[in-house]
Amino acid sequence: MRRELLKFALFALVVLTVPATIKGGYLLNVLVYVGINTMLAVALNLLLGFAGQISLGQAAFYGLGAYISGVLTASHGWNPWLSLAVAALAVGVLAFVIGFPILKLKGHYLAMATLGFGIIVYIVFNEFVDVTGGPSGLPGIPGMSFGSLRFDSDLKSYYLIWSAALLVMLLAVNLAHSRIGRALRAIHDSEVAAQVLGVNARLLKVQIFTCSAVISCVAGSLYAHTVTFVSPSTFGFHFSVELVTMVIIGGLGSIYGSFLGAALLTLLPEFLRAFQDYDIVVYGLLLIVMTMFMPGGLVQGAETLWRALRRLWPGRAGQDA
Amino acid sequence: MDFSHQLSQYLLSGLATGAIYALIGLGFAIIYNSTGIINFAQGEFVMLGGMFGVYFYEILKFPLAAALLLAVLCAAASGVIFERLAIRPLRRATPLGLVIITIGGSILVRGIAMLVWGKDTHALPTFSGDTPIALAGATLLPQHLWIFALTVLLIAVNKLFFQFTITGKALRACAVNRRAAGLVGIDVRRMTMFSFLLASGMGALAGIIVAPLTMTSYDVGIMLGLKGFCAAIIGGMSNGIGTVLGGLLLGVLESLGAGLISSGYKDAITFIILLLILFLRPQGLFSRGDSERV
Amino acid sequence: MKNRLIRMATLLLALVFAAGAAFAAEPIRIGALFSVTGPPSFLGEPERNTAQMVVDEINKAGGIKGRPIELIVYDTTGDPTKAVQLATKLIKDDKVVAIVGPSTTGETMAVKPVTEKEQIPLISCAAGSKITDPVNPWTFKTAQNDTLAVARIFESLQKRKLDKVAILTASDGFGASGREQLKNQAAKYGITLTVDDTFGPKDTDMTAQLTKIRGSEAQAIICWGTNPGPAVVAKNVRQLGIKLPLFMSHGVSSKKFIELAGEAAEGIILPSGHVIVADLLPATNPQKKALMTYVQEYKKRFGVEGDHFGGHAWDAVMLLKTALEQGADTPAAIRDQLEKISGFAGIGGVFSFSATDHAGLTKDAFVLVEIKNKDWVLVE
Repeated sequence: MRRELLKFALFALVVLTVPATIKGGYLLNVLVYVGINTMLAVALNLLLGFAGQISLGQAAFYGLGAYISGVLTASHGWNPWLSLAVAALAVGVLAFVIGFPILKLKGHYLAMATLGFGIIVYIVFNEFVDVTGGPSGLPGIPGMSFGSLRFDSDLKSYYLIWSAALLVMLLAVNLAHSRIGRALRAIHDSEVAAQVLGVNARLLKVQIFTCSAVISCVAGSLYAHTVTFVSPSTFGFHFSVELVTMVIIGGLGSIYGSFLGAALLTLLPEFLRAFQDYDIVVYGLLLIVMTMFMPGGLVQGAETLWRALRRLWPGRAGQDA
Repeated sequence: MDFSHQLSQYLLSGLATGAIYALIGLGFAIIYNSTGIINFAQGEFVMLGGMFGVYFYEILKFPLAAALLLAVLCAAASGVIFERLAIRPLRRATPLGLVIITIGGSILVRGIAMLVWGKDTHALPTFSGDTPIALAGATLLPQHLWIFALTVLLIAVNKLFFQFTITGKALRACAVNRRAAGLVGIDVRRMTMFSFLLASGMGALAGIIVAPLTMTSYDVGIMLGLKGFCAAIIGGMSNGIGTVLGGLLLGVLESLGAGLISSGYKDAITFIILLLILFLRPQGLFSRGDSERV
Repeated sequence: MKNRLIRMATLLLALVFAAGAAFAAEPIRIGALFSVTGPPSFLGEPERNTAQMVVDEINKAGGIKGRPIELIVYDTTGDPTKAVQLATKLIKDDKVVAIVGPSTTGETMAVKPVTEKEQIPLISCAAGSKITDPVNPWTFKTAQNDTLAVARIFESLQKRKLDKVAILTASDGFGASGREQLKNQAAKYGITLTVDDTFGPKDTDMTAQLTKIRGSEAQAIICWGTNPGPAVVAKNVRQLGIKLPLFMSHGVSSKKFIELAGEAAEGIILPSGHVIVADLLPATNPQKKALMTYVQEYKKRFGVEGDHFGGHAWDAVMLLKTALEQGADTPAAIRDQLEKISGFAGIGGVFSFSATDHAGLTKDAFVLVEIKNKDWVLVE
């Protein structure tokens, strides 16, 4: 566990000092979004990687956080921190209630149910025009502020978002190495066996589902206050798929993998810009190839590479080992 | 314009749309029953049917019948290629892996269609004209009759195929128990390929039959696939009547929802129904409920 | 000896390059945000093509006072988040002096706070009236306000003495914007909306909504959306045998719509920019020259006729050109010059900006056309 905390401290140090090295500009702006996506990917990983529950509707909780915060602050003048808390509470209750029937399902049926839930929420965002502004979106959301400190620049947003993201990652790392983490992995392997050993699988699944939903909701609130504008198209089915891709590319069950996946997919459009229209094809290929050849994600790939290098490196003499 | 006429229009339009969902749903069911895979790319085969049809008819200027036949063949071939490249090489098939691969596949197919054919919407001509037909206070188009006829035909052919042909029985054997089927000498891998062939062919047929009414473009597959899948779930993933009834029910409920409750939320109504079915009766409304869903 | 030669050569080469750079004129960098892919690609693709075409023409003719224009185009895929990110990129990394686009109202509302804060002029190609109302010093738009299109339709209805109308709008940005305006202005023209229904932009059957409309007291139907939805609506109207006058929006002012709707397109009335009837206009019309040039050159380069949407980009780039030709080369100066433009005959209409009007167009930007024999005919 101490090794894990050390690893985390190193990671946090790097994250917090990056802005000093890149001197603002567009890259800083992109890294803010990497932060938000990391939060979302880690939240999904708890559900997908640890507990093994497929969710294709994660964007719904993200969107609910963004819209509830947005509406309360923009249309009703609430304080942003209060709205964030209220949104998290509301989404937590919703997830807990919906979690029980949804998580009774397995495999494709769970995927379909979460997909359906995600689409229903999206439709509400789109159609409830009087409250959400409909397809044209909801502008004029105020930024976050802490007393006299207003988070209105890329640099300040970076620290705000990444503080939250690091907190979430720390929580996840702790969870992974705790009894709960082991119980979740047991459920992933075999729910029946876990139950035989005394794990209340049903309750635990719902709890992790709720936890994941609340984290996504908070990410959504922070997103709304950073961009100051929300619209339904950001929270559709395709983003849920994108989140699943991030987790898979990074590696199921690996927290740092989720960061890698989030970073790669957020930065990928920048590299693909040269390909213009081809990016959708590359995206589909990436999904297929990663699932087929690297099911453990990049982290597994990196570990395999590391092991292979170590075998080759310590002198040619070790070849017959 | 009294209410009973309105109602019969909602019903008739709903049945027509539902027939399409039924055809697509059958494709899902066939693959699922023979291989245990939910093919999220099913909707794209529907799209391919329509787009290939447009390609052969509008661009290569083939006569309509030839264009449609070629379209179905090409789409079915694409289905086989898809199975070969994306499904067969998958060694350890976890449900999540399969879901992701088929989603990735659908994105890929859609992307390729967009690059090859562009983003425009295209129309196919109707098979036998546009004069509306009055029926029980509502109106239908001749194309709707084609849709109904094709659905009935396909159900009949399906039933005969699965009941009386060796391949059909082999597919059913795979559905019951893959290991055992393999043990009695059925080439299970070939059956997988065959089920994809069937499903993509049926999807393509649905696509070309409906394209004259709804027009087609590279992204029609998404929603159609989802709704077809709902139809299959409501019908309990059966290879026959169950799924068809599921599709028809879905279409009618959607139409009634749009007309009587709210047109904006009609898709939400569809998915709420799906969720309710999954929560309360996951084996579907029309099946005998034997496989493990929960 | 060889080393020295190489070093000399390199130095010489470097000097030549430096000299060349010193003499080459510094390009004027303009950013563009269009939704070239994604649901609004019917807007973004012609807009990007047009913008590139216009910039190439300007550069071929020697640029602006000898300086070439460098157009940096980013595809937002219709996603407001991406639009904001890319706007930041244009401003911080590419250091543009002005931004053209985005293509949709939603994206524009998202990008507006960024360009306003960074004080870079934004010339949007989207139609939502709230982009320039209330007026912000840095935000302009070239697409006609949907308020004007709605006004045209309502006026026509008033003339025909029809006051009970059903509206059927698409549930996307374009349709929602139209719906808002239709509801806002109905009372002003003495019109009551008997049915207010929507359809999904990719829906394939609207008979349910139309059956409801048929059963109401509606005397006319207004359908607001972009292809393919309205084509399906037109076909459904025909199928159900509804004989009410059918109005549509400028979202279908393209030959594609007539192609998709086929027979069902006959008799549909819609407001449109002048571009689709360019050849029907009298020679005295101030826009005629610009329109004909645009339509023909777009066709020469891209194979299809220039349309209403590409025209928004044409206007935006040409307006920028006008401002730049006045000697403005900083964002603030460009902004000031834009505001002074008056009587500019563009594709969307005749633009006259002022400190209180950053949309620049009047009702005359739209003409009312009817579809007869698969072609456009001017109405009244």
